[in-house]
Amino acid sequence: MQDRPVLTASQINDELLWPVFELRRRHVLAFLPPFILVMAGAVAVTILIWQGLWITGLQRPAFWGFFIVNFVFWIGVSHAGTMISSILRLTQAEWKRPITRAAEVMTVFALVTSLIHPVIHAGRPWRIIYWLLPYDFTRGIWPDVRSPLVWDPVAITTYLTGSILFVFTALIPDFAIIRDQSTGMRRTIYGALAMGWRGTPRQWQLQGIFGILMSALILPVFVSVHSIVSWDFAASVVPAWHVTVYAPYFVIGAVHSGVSMVLTLMAFMRWIFKLENFIWEDHFDAVGRLLIFIATAWLFFFFLDFAFSFYTREEQEIAVMERRLLEWPFNAITIIMVMTSYVIPIPLWLNRKVRRNIALMFWTSILVNIGMWLERFFLIIPAIERKQELTFLWANYVPSLTESVIVLASFGMVAMLLIIFAKLVPLVPAWEQKEGQVFRSEVQIGEVTVPAIVRESEEPRAW
Amino acid sequence: MTMSDYKWGMAVDIDACTGCQACVIACAAENNLPINLERDFTERRAIAWIRIERYWEGEYPNVHAYFLPVLCQHCGNAPCEPVCPVYATYHNPAGLNVQVYNRCVGTRYCANNCPYHARFFNYRRPTWPETFHNYLNPDVTVRERGIMEKCTFCIQRINAAVRIAKRTGTDAPDHFMTACEQACPTDALTFGNLNDPNSRVSQLFADESRAYTLQEAIGTEPNIRYLKGVATAKAGSDEMAAAAH
Repeated sequence: MQDRPVLTASQINDELLWPVFELRRRHVLAFLPPFILVMAGAVAVTILIWQGLWITGLQRPAFWGFFIVNFVFWIGVSHAGTMISSILRLTQAEWKRPITRAAEVMTVFALVTSLIHPVIHAGRPWRIIYWLLPYDFTRGIWPDVRSPLVWDPVAITTYLTGSILFVFTALIPDFAIIRDQSTGMRRTIYGALAMGWRGTPRQWQLQGIFGILMSALILPVFVSVHSIVSWDFAASVVPAWHVTVYAPYFVIGAVHSGVSMVLTLMAFMRWIFKLENFIWEDHFDAVGRLLIFIATAWLFFFFLDFAFSFYTREEQEIAVMERRLLEWPFNAITIIMVMTSYVIPIPLWLNRKVRRNIALMFWTSILVNIGMWLERFFLIIPAIERKQELTFLWANYVPSLTESVIVLASFGMVAMLLIIFAKLVPLVPAWEQKEGQVFRSEVQIGEVTVPAIVRESEEPRAW
Repeated sequence: MTMSDYKWGMAVDIDACTGCQACVIACAAENNLPINLERDFTERRAIAWIRIERYWEGEYPNVHAYFLPVLCQHCGNAPCEPVCPVYATYHNPAGLNVQVYNRCVGTRYCANNCPYHARFFNYRRPTWPETFHNYLNPDVTVRERGIMEKCTFCIQRINAAVRIAKRTGTDAPDHFMTACEQACPTDALTFGNLNDPNSRVSQLFADESRAYTLQEAIGTEPNIRYLKGVATAKAGSDEMAAAAH
């Protein structure tokens, strides 16, 4: 890593900011597929709201389907931002610098996308406001705080607010750079966004304090958000949903899929925005190593879920587990899930050469997310289709075309928002990059060479 | 008498049920249920507040069919109630599990959490042929698409009876019936006030030898009890035998 070319501050600016000032063909080409998906999704959502939920595959007893699965998936992906930027910031992992912003922004966009799902999934979306806000003041009727569906919006809006603050404060110095390099309308807009940033020592100090503070404050939210989402299921009386292990299981699964999604994103950043000088093989290597740990923890919870069911020896729960493992199509889903999210990628990632091969990392990270999407399906659907003992009403859920289009469109939406974002501000934080460079540079004092700046408790580390 | 002096309940005599489905039809007519077309059954979205579940027992030729009428159990400790974010379903003082259609936003969480599959979602906007419009019961709301509905214990009849009782100064009005009870040819369904120890339903509830509740293990404390003789229950599930001991 030390033999990497050291870029000057203006080189960093040029290399990171060109997508903001120039429009290239590859940007348009990258933008089009997600845009088409989003348009298809918009049509599907319009039809859905106009026609009603009969155009989905939902029935009785499977009242929840693809929308909830996808909702949980995107909430999961949103955990990458905090994982990368807050936990790695607190542990002072220097390598996270170039990927923090992309991860955080993906968090925000994944949350926004996920929030669409409960809304369109409701029977009367136009009345959704009564779910989220206290409404009937005159009769003293308030949303029921006993319902996990009230905890959800509280947790998610907290997380969304925190993430937006996180992203925005980290953006301020870069807004200022763009402001200083542009003229006219753009200067005015970025000037307003930079909020008077002049780069004074006091401003840097405040910005640094805020970053550390937010990292620490958002950690409990990081754990709570997906726990609360899992309680949508765990707080019910449906066998196999009603388990305490769901909260940590969902959180670790969320981190697994989120961090893998960051890998996918890093590969795209290199290809579309030419960020080879910033996102190196070393970063893929580091994220890969992190993922080996996370994935193994996830696998532990996967087995734990079964262990708890078999340990209680409750007939109904064992029946659901049996369905997950043995009955079509869930046996296939289980196999694909375990293969794609663990058995295939992890042994590959153990190999250093693979971890430094960007194409391989890209495809394995895609595999992990296929697996993690199926995991949500595997956790949610079999239990609800075979609910309780009244066998008379068992039924299989078959998703409809509309639902599938909306699910695909959600992927398009996150991609499209990310590309739009990358055209407005650099995806790699320029100031963090420079800061990292300063920390890495060394000065000659007499006969010894020492790091230019030493932070408390930080030894120059070879990662 | 005030509303809280009543606790409505129903006894369902499985030994008497012949599975004729008259209750299903009566309920649909009384409560303005949408007409279930073939499509609704194949899509598994048919709405029937009371349904007859038919279970087979034994091997051919000694096959025995028994019928289990299932409706909303009006649980004392209802799983559907705490999960609704907008209080569209709540417990009223008379022990009824009440659905407030106007509040419902259609999250369908209550339906997921109902162990009895007694809750129904209006996937489509209900429509009736022109000629049917005058047949709709004016005392019952027609439900919009996108909301949940379920058995109300014919709350319109309860309210009318309570009003009459209040006006005439009589005690518990035990002389009215729910639509399903009224239609039942074998008297398998008995509805009434559980707070009145002399009501027929209270006496049936007290029948230790036959009364049990559905899925007792979940602890929902239903206001509906099923009656089943021990002799036939022995051949049934463990749960039935345990409940009828």
